[in-house]
Amino acid sequence: MTSIARDLPAAPRADREAVAARQARARRRLLGRGLLYAAAVLLALWVLFPIYLITITAFSPRDAVYDYPKQLIPGTFSAETMRFFVDAEGVLGALWNSVLVAVVTLIFSTLIGAPAGYALARFAFRGRDAFRLIVLSTRAFPIVILSIPLAVSFIEWGIYDTVWSVALMHTALALPFTVLITSSIFISVPRDLEEAALTLGCTPATAFVKVVLPLALPGLAAASIFTFVLSWNEVFAAVILTLRERTLPALVLAALNQSPVPFRLAAGWFMLAPSLIFIFVIRRYLLGLWGRVSR
Amino acid sequence: MAEIRLQGITKIFDKKVRAVDEVDLTIADQEFMVLLGPSGCGKTTLMRMIAGLEYPEYGRVSIGNRDVTDLPPRRRDISMVFQSYAVFPHLTVFDNVAFGLRMKNVTKAEIKRRVEGAAELVQLGPYLERYPAQLSGGQRQRVAVARAIVMEPAVLLMDEPLSNLDALLRLNFRAELKRLVGELKTTTIYVTHDQVEAMSLGDRIAVMREGRIVQCGTPMEIYDRPATQFVGSFIGSPPMNFLRGRIERSNGHVQVGLGDQTLTAPSTLAGRSAGEVLVGIRAENIEAEAAPAAGAIAARTEVVEPLGSHLLVTAAVGDQRLKIQARTDFPAQPDAPLWLRPEPDKLRWFDPESGQELDAR
Repeated sequence: MTSIARDLPAAPRADREAVAARQARARRRLLGRGLLYAAAVLLALWVLFPIYLITITAFSPRDAVYDYPKQLIPGTFSAETMRFFVDAEGVLGALWNSVLVAVVTLIFSTLIGAPAGYALARFAFRGRDAFRLIVLSTRAFPIVILSIPLAVSFIEWGIYDTVWSVALMHTALALPFTVLITSSIFISVPRDLEEAALTLGCTPATAFVKVVLPLALPGLAAASIFTFVLSWNEVFAAVILTLRERTLPALVLAALNQSPVPFRLAAGWFMLAPSLIFIFVIRRYLLGLWGRVSR
Repeated sequence: MAEIRLQGITKIFDKKVRAVDEVDLTIADQEFMVLLGPSGCGKTTLMRMIAGLEYPEYGRVSIGNRDVTDLPPRRRDISMVFQSYAVFPHLTVFDNVAFGLRMKNVTKAEIKRRVEGAAELVQLGPYLERYPAQLSGGQRQRVAVARAIVMEPAVLLMDEPLSNLDALLRLNFRAELKRLVGELKTTTIYVTHDQVEAMSLGDRIAVMREGRIVQCGTPMEIYDRPATQFVGSFIGSPPMNFLRGRIERSNGHVQVGLGDQTLTAPSTLAGRSAGEVLVGIRAENIEAEAAPAAGAIAARTEVVEPLGSHLLVTAAVGDQRLKIQARTDFPAQPDAPLWLRPEPDKLRWFDPESGQELDAR
């Protein structure tokens, strides 16, 4: 039917005007779309280009660092720079400390933060909004002010200069986000599902484990990326709370002034890579789960 | 035996809103009871209190002579079908239906037998291995129903189970549901705001408004003898017509004046001192005539809507409007005069202030 109508010769004038207007609108939309993509590409370059530069230099021979103009296409591959960094005093130990701190932080902040997030999401208790605000306002507290007294306390407790002290500090830093993010994750799991489980023989606890948790898992994984990266990159508290048991950022920061340029670039790449890998791994898992769960 | 007895159930939200207000209701064993009312009338809240998802501030709930007021849902021997279906998206159809049985530690073989039986009943047999995301809305609704009936509960609760389906599907599924529940003989409570659903499914209907039950009776009772003006206008499509009239007395007869015309009224209305009264009459209980007839009320045609099986005529009597169901061969023309003859025994009388039916029987 419509194809016949379209083939009719000499459409009325009003129709033609309408068509022209529609085409003009379409052109404008296309232009808007183009601008949007251009902006996206620009932003992506803004982030990716330095990463790219760091990566190729980190895997070039040491002399290549000083080349000018810079070569955008990697020349000879060389692990020399990287080996120099990895072999440097304390790097492997610091790397191990960093991983340990990040994992402990992740576990602590999830164990403490997720239940608080669940409570915020599901229960209307007195002072809920105030609690939300207070949780967030702890972030306004400068780390400097927190770190010094904490260092003193940690020395008294005998956990100063250990992985635990840094992990505790990072947990405190991560908690506001964990609480707020997990609460929004739990809100997104429909209450009906939980109630359905309750009518099917579940206690509130089993309903949580069997229904809410599996559905919240992708979101919780996303929150854990955030926590991991936050702990991995945190440098200030780590510098103050450790002397010998440095985390990687603390070690790099301490060594930065005295180290040659290739060392810095290699360190930069080393800091970057694990968070990128972690994000990529978990991201695929996220999409997989969400793709199945969402309708 | 699973008789449900509600006594003085009251639910107060935010310390002031009485969502459900002193409701007393007894639902017989195997009865299909529909809670009907506009949104916000408290019908869903009432059902949630029977399920144990909400606890009443006052009153007692008992199921099968057992006081369950303070028991959690899992101890009440109920199952519920939710408006949103609430099918678990991370489980297959089989696991969804088996969920409750697994919680009760039923043996594997027994679970398989019962799940397949329930799936057969709602025609889900071929879909047991699928995830809900791979099903249509209607199929998801079947999963929700199967998941509820597989538990063989004492009480089946359904909260607007059809409202998310499209019109045709709703019509088919309604009939199917009626057959299914009829076979199961489970005491059932069904919440809806759709009066057609309520009429077609319920053994009895409890019409609710502002947290109270306004009328409870069989569908025909409620349709024929609405207890209040609200019930009359909520049930039936088109709703019952209401005309405001004045009680008059002339040589021993009681009449109700509509503008400059009169309707004969039952003598029981004589007890009321002269004043206003509301006359209620359903569209199909008025006969339309194209020519003046003795005792008929003169009116003017305003709108004519041919609906296939009949004509829906909107007519004006004085400055009041009413709808009439006329035969398709009735010569209705906008602005033409017509004469209305209401069936006298179908006239209902209401107090214009309170909206309550006046006992004119």
